[in-house]
Amino acid sequence: MAIISAAGLARSFQTKHGPVEAVRGIDLTVRAGEILGFLGPNGAGKTTTLRMLTTLLEPTGGAATVAGHDLATDPAGVRRACGYVAQSGGVDPTVTVREELVTQGRLYRLTKTQATERAEELTHDLDLSDLLDRKCGALSGGQRRRLDIAMALTHRPKVLFLDEPTTGLDPGSRADLWDLVRRLRDEYGTTVFLTTHYLDEADALSDRLVVVDKGVVVAEGTPSALKLRYGGSIDATLQDTFLAITGRGPAPADSTPVAV
Amino acid sequence: MLLHDTVLVFGRYLRQTLRSRFAMLFGVLMPLLYLLFFGPLLTDLPLSSQGSSWQVLVPGLLLQLGLFGASFAGFAVIIEKGQGVVERMRVTPVSRLALLLGRVLRDAAVFVFQAVLLVLAAVVMGLRAPLLGVLIGFAFVALLTVSLASLSYALAMKVSTPQVFGPTINAVAMPAMLLSGLMLPMTLAPGWLDVLSRLMPFRYLVDAVRDAYVGEYATASMLYGVLVALGLAALAVTVGTRVFRTAGA
Repeated sequence: MAIISAAGLARSFQTKHGPVEAVRGIDLTVRAGEILGFLGPNGAGKTTTLRMLTTLLEPTGGAATVAGHDLATDPAGVRRACGYVAQSGGVDPTVTVREELVTQGRLYRLTKTQATERAEELTHDLDLSDLLDRKCGALSGGQRRRLDIAMALTHRPKVLFLDEPTTGLDPGSRADLWDLVRRLRDEYGTTVFLTTHYLDEADALSDRLVVVDKGVVVAEGTPSALKLRYGGSIDATLQDTFLAITGRGPAPADSTPVAV
Repeated sequence: MLLHDTVLVFGRYLRQTLRSRFAMLFGVLMPLLYLLFFGPLLTDLPLSSQGSSWQVLVPGLLLQLGLFGASFAGFAVIIEKGQGVVERMRVTPVSRLALLLGRVLRDAAVFVFQAVLLVLAAVVMGLRAPLLGVLIGFAFVALLTVSLASLSYALAMKVSTPQVFGPTINAVAMPAMLLSGLMLPMTLAPGWLDVLSRLMPFRYLVDAVRDAYVGEYATASMLYGVLVALGLAALAVTVGTRVFRTAGA
């Protein structure tokens, strides 16, 4: 069952030098409970797409539904159904972890008591319990990321959007974060839509990949299917596959599979 | 829902203000310096037919406090955009109007508080004015703050850097201060300047507060002041909400 579906989703920006089409027309479907890796070179339109799907940016073309709510006609429904962690996170460094989590709960219309309970629950789940009274600015990179995700999980969203969640994290924190993402899907059935530049991450974590370039989807499938089709063999690295798809590497874009 | 969300956003930003008490007092410094070092120059000048020079100067300083303080309020939004806080809040179901109103009402509370400090200092310096007039003055400070802070937040959502934001605000606030006769009443001005200043909405607010400070409440200036202040606030909040609703910031 599709939990996200987009057809021709597009966004152009007006600049001094005329219109710039950041996203030209994205068609994609994400199944419920799937971990989807959304890949593409810098400037391909990943973040713009994410911001449209989370109601932050109004599309200039096309349509999409998230968890059954239409982006254009029911943005409030979309907001209730999804959580979003931006690249920059989104906490005030001068505020304590507890205060941010409780305020976030209240923004999702929980009562004060419910919000306090939910904050404790989330910090317990995400291993932040000892840090509740710490200022957000005093957390390590990995702790900050877990807090950002805790904030986005406040209302138990059906879909979680993560924009480059592991950028800047050390290997240990990255491994923890991968475990967390898998646990969210396995325990709560959360659909996870994540962008990343780390191809090992996409390979290890995603059930399916969607590759965008210049504002359109240029390839999609399971990591192994993409490797077979574009990388030449199932043993190809995702790195070579990615370069072949986006036409920015040595392998020819239309190389025929080795096993004919 | 709007009320719930507004109270919530107001609380968040009020706590932020209370954490930096120094910054809160710092805002009152500029008008206070005018009061101390500029006010005494005026005491023997024939500024108006009624009342003392303090009754002319203090209303101007009150609105100057609002004018400069509130128009720079948007800096906080530029910082929060960088931290991702603005977007994080905008993906929650929170009312868009509340995101603006909560901040703006916090600003109004802060500036009215600073206005109280300023008036207390002025009383020490020699100001004598009717209590009702003083209270009316605070109401005008609150309305002016709501207007200017809304516009400031709207601009901050639109521009991307403080390097653009700061000079833009300065370019608007300086002429606004001079043309509205905040320091000295425009009745002293030559004809052309007086006419020009009538195009500046803040002039009507200052004139109204000056009337209030001498105990004249049923005047044409008061009527114009109230109408302009309310109209400006309605316009500014409308613009601000529209920007908060749609901003791709």
